[in-house]
Amino acid sequence: MTEVVATNQTILVVGGGISGMTAALEAAEAGAQVVLVEKRPYLGGRTSQLYKYFPKLCHPTCGLEINQRRAKMNPNLTILTSAEVTGLEGEPGNYTATVKITPTYVNDNCTACGECAKAVEAEFDDEYNYGLSKRKGAYLPHVMAHPMKYVLDPRIIGTDDAQKAKDACKYDAVDLDMQEQEINFPVGAVVWATGWQPYDAAKIQPYGYDRFANVITSVEFERMADPKGPTGGKIVRPSDGKEAKNVAFIQCAGSRDRNHLWHCSRICCMASLKQTHYVVDAYGDDAQVSIYYIDIRAIDRFEDFYANVKAMDNVKFIKSKVASITLNKENGNPVLNGVDTEGYHRYANEHDLVVLAIGMQPSVGLDEFPVEVELNREGFIEPSEKNGGVFPAGCATDALDVNRAVQSATGAALKAIQVINRVAGAEG
Amino acid sequence: MSDEKKFAAYICTGCGIGDRLDASQLENVATREGRMNVVKQHEMLCSKEGVQMIQDDIDNDGVNHIVIAACSKRAKVEAFAFPESKVAVTRANLREGVIWARPDTDEARETTQEMAEDYIRMACGEIKQMNPPQPSGQQERNPNILVVGGGITGMTAALEAAAAGYTVHLVEKEGQLGGHAAKLHKRVPFKAAPIGTPNSPDANLPMPEDTGVAEMIAAVESNDNIKVHLNSRITKTSGAPGRFSVDISTESGDTVTENIGSIIQATGFTPWDPSGLTNLHYADCPDVITQLELEELANAAGDGPIKRPSDGKEVKAVLFVQDVGQNSDKEDELPYDSGVGDLVSIKQALYFKHHNGDDCDTTICYDNLRTPGAPGEDFYRSGQKNGVIFTKADVTEVVPGDTLTVKMHDKILDEDAEVHVDLVVLDVGMVPNSGPDPYAATESLEGLSDEEREAELEAQAEEAADETSVSVESILNLTYRQGTDLPQLKWGFTDSHFICFPYETRRTGIYAAGPVRRPMDIRQAQDDAAGAAMKAIQEIELAAQGRANHPRTGDLSFPTFRREGCTQCKRCTVECPFGAIDEDEERYPQYNESRCRRCGTCMGACPVRVISFENYSVNTVGAQIKECSIPEEWDEKPRILVLACENDAYPALDQAAIAGQEISPWARVIPVRCLGSVSLSWVTDALNNGYDGIIMMGCKRGEDYQCHFVRGSAMANERMAKVGDTLESLNLEPERVVVHEVAITDIERAPALIKEMEETIEKIGLSPFKF
Repeated sequence: MTEVVATNQTILVVGGGISGMTAALEAAEAGAQVVLVEKRPYLGGRTSQLYKYFPKLCHPTCGLEINQRRAKMNPNLTILTSAEVTGLEGEPGNYTATVKITPTYVNDNCTACGECAKAVEAEFDDEYNYGLSKRKGAYLPHVMAHPMKYVLDPRIIGTDDAQKAKDACKYDAVDLDMQEQEINFPVGAVVWATGWQPYDAAKIQPYGYDRFANVITSVEFERMADPKGPTGGKIVRPSDGKEAKNVAFIQCAGSRDRNHLWHCSRICCMASLKQTHYVVDAYGDDAQVSIYYIDIRAIDRFEDFYANVKAMDNVKFIKSKVASITLNKENGNPVLNGVDTEGYHRYANEHDLVVLAIGMQPSVGLDEFPVEVELNREGFIEPSEKNGGVFPAGCATDALDVNRAVQSATGAALKAIQVINRVAGAEG
Repeated sequence: MSDEKKFAAYICTGCGIGDRLDASQLENVATREGRMNVVKQHEMLCSKEGVQMIQDDIDNDGVNHIVIAACSKRAKVEAFAFPESKVAVTRANLREGVIWARPDTDEARETTQEMAEDYIRMACGEIKQMNPPQPSGQQERNPNILVVGGGITGMTAALEAAAAGYTVHLVEKEGQLGGHAAKLHKRVPFKAAPIGTPNSPDANLPMPEDTGVAEMIAAVESNDNIKVHLNSRITKTSGAPGRFSVDISTESGDTVTENIGSIIQATGFTPWDPSGLTNLHYADCPDVITQLELEELANAAGDGPIKRPSDGKEVKAVLFVQDVGQNSDKEDELPYDSGVGDLVSIKQALYFKHHNGDDCDTTICYDNLRTPGAPGEDFYRSGQKNGVIFTKADVTEVVPGDTLTVKMHDKILDEDAEVHVDLVVLDVGMVPNSGPDPYAATESLEGLSDEEREAELEAQAEEAADETSVSVESILNLTYRQGTDLPQLKWGFTDSHFICFPYETRRTGIYAAGPVRRPMDIRQAQDDAAGAAMKAIQEIELAAQGRANHPRTGDLSFPTFRREGCTQCKRCTVECPFGAIDEDEERYPQYNESRCRRCGTCMGACPVRVISFENYSVNTVGAQIKECSIPEEWDEKPRILVLACENDAYPALDQAAIAGQEISPWARVIPVRCLGSVSLSWVTDALNNGYDGIIMMGCKRGEDYQCHFVRGSAMANERMAKVGDTLESLNLEPERVVVHEVAITDIERAPALIKEMEETIEKIGLSPFKF
């Protein structure tokens, strides 16, 4: 049974992506006791799946390494992975949290030696790569995963593979009898950092994401650019594996749209400009990039990044909300149809690959919160006294880029500390 | 604690180490060559039993210097921390560093074993030079936070810090609090449409709201934990986090000195001056105004209509020009966008709809409209719903007159157009109120006398004053060797260079917040203020324990120097990326523990090798280089020394091994805190000892540098230019020593770079310096 030492002076952080990690680490490094609860079997969230950041084109895993080292070294921090907060009752300074821990069938004896994965045969879609590749039924979620532990896919439990994994382990780390647990513990304040998910691209019917192999989302494209990703960093078409040199980005795919997400997801313009670099870096002068946009939102200091991309000869900007995508059946090319609003010209443009700059949606649905918080119609948590001792952070509060999410999370950590310091003061 | 050092090596045989390596031979090496007092094997050292075995030796047998020969130092960190015991620990990386990096074949067995034995020798050599780090005794817990700037960011920071139980000195140069925000009529709404808002064009959407500034000022003034200093500036800041001494001086010349734990700089922005844009006639037409000036008109309007400045006529048509002087490549204009101007114009257009009636024409001319997030987009929609007109157009000229004529190129219709209005409002950008950039100054000051230095500084200050409309008067007046103020990232903003770490400041314990850090709106500035307050209280707690802040958080080690060996060359004080080192009255370096981030750049800079940390020094690495075996030339087994940055290159090599990449059997990898800490003597010693090649792997340098210690990688590169002389004097080929930029994602490239060196050595032959 997992035991958590906590009191009403403990801070609970819900979500272990970059916002949750930041809130947890900042608070713990200031001396607070923190329990971090993450749904996935590892920390880092969606940031760990990014290849590069804008505008520096540096690697998110560099910061992840530092944050993970901070986490490993901090005795004030307890990390629960494969865990979800299912209940939260009480008031600021006095909450009881209920956490459900899903079995991974691997205990702390795991040394990440990898023998179980070699023994297991079944393969499943690799969620780390958004299903663009397969992984074994016993797997290390990614090469930097923290905790550095293998996971057994629940779908192999009860099959021969499960036993093979167990037999292959020399350290008694595979525990096929592991059960789901529900634990309760007291906390004084909560940082809610459950992050975002990509909007379901299949709902944008005219773009045919579910019909055309060569229409993919920006998060999938990001994995493709990563040398550790499903294509070894090669930018290719899913339909036939051919090099994708002529790439279109469709901005506001699902965002700023009354039929989908009302809001602007803020990061997508910069993400597409960044991904343009991936295409140009891969194919040089042979690359051709077209960006279909409503407004290019290079917020504040990032204008020069936009200007640099705009200055590239092989990049075109088309002010247009693409009306529909059809397929050229002969070559598998998607064809984009619409009107360029600068001068009102109709177009039907063919591309090798289309990337939908997909919107950010809160991970937690409107009716899925275990505690009352003030939500806007998009499901983001508003800063409000109604939230009591629950302080939203990162993309749970709005569509934010990493830098702003971390800023928000650092502030949220302070608000949680204020509550527990009041409790400490009152209790002497 | 007794001073007696007792050395122990623990060899793990788990994870295949025992299968792939001859562990009893490793034990022999640790005992006979490593001269460890205790050597033990365990089949799973990281297990409870394994860790307990070590803990028992610490508790019962006085073991205090420990070699863990098992997995990488990145793995099982918690298990091998021994936080309750005062011990020095190092790791010999036999798993990721050896067996996972080498093929499991008969041919490879011998060289794999040799690799492992070398790592044992190296770790045993290193541990003998290490001491358990302990705090310096300099530290104090000082719960006072200085906030510079009494605008919305500064007031928020003060209130947030006070609410966490800390005391605040809030210093404002004006006679009242509130900054720009106090002059606003309303603010942009913070929230998006609430849950339950119907999906219909008639739905109520957010409208401009009260600023809340008056209430905030009252809250600050009545807070017992906040002391407000009006009409005041910082005239001197000395000391270090936990023990800053700050002079706060009023206009009339009265000065108080306060003891301060940490500092938040929230000095805000100045609106860019559009007077130079003669085509817009801001300078000579009273009815062309800035957004901030419009706020005053709206305040003056009371319940009536907003009137224009020239003749007091009620405004019936107003046009907003977005991004004036922004996103520009012209020399006198701003290359960036302030990001908030579009929301402000929507807000102000709605003032007119409210005060002057629905029939007041309000047109916003934009290129790319920036209304991000849920609140931003809903407010844009609110503007549309209330009849604000948005035109994608380039405004080319304003023609003054009784009615102003605005000429533009409409980008949608692709034609020139004219609009006639009563008032034109310009969205001008934010210019940060930062002090002089220490690095703009010091680069040209090297080698100057004190007098020349002063003259040069003065000249630079004048020049800078001419270039922008902001004052370059110092804000913090730091007495640091490396300048008076926070270093700047770009365009005067004192932002962090790191996306993951917006508060990764280059002056420990001093945090910038609000628009001085990057352009931002009120909501974001308040988030930012809370974030900076978080970091400020954290630094107070860390400094109190003598622990480092980010990125080596918690590190207790700090640099000391051997006074008798120091030549007062000042390289350490100049090269410290954090301005941590002063010079004392006798011109010796004076380390300030709580300013220091423990990167070791000073150590790498020191030509006479007198600077060291308890657990990281010229000797700890030197011993590793020395203890590694160097086979005789006829063995044809080269040795390649790899000095790898522990933040990026070392993890990349680890991950390469985890992912099954092979690493050359000749490589001997030593992690370093930063390439900036690499002492030239290591390279010289290695060459003299007969290493055949040396590779230094650091982070990306240059403008988009990736080094968390700023210039470590760049400096290593510069210093290594001097290696050429050494190589020449030894009659060695220059290609034996290389510096590479390695990113954490380079899991294929990093091993390939070592392979490349292996091939180079094959070509040019082994080093003749084998003994």
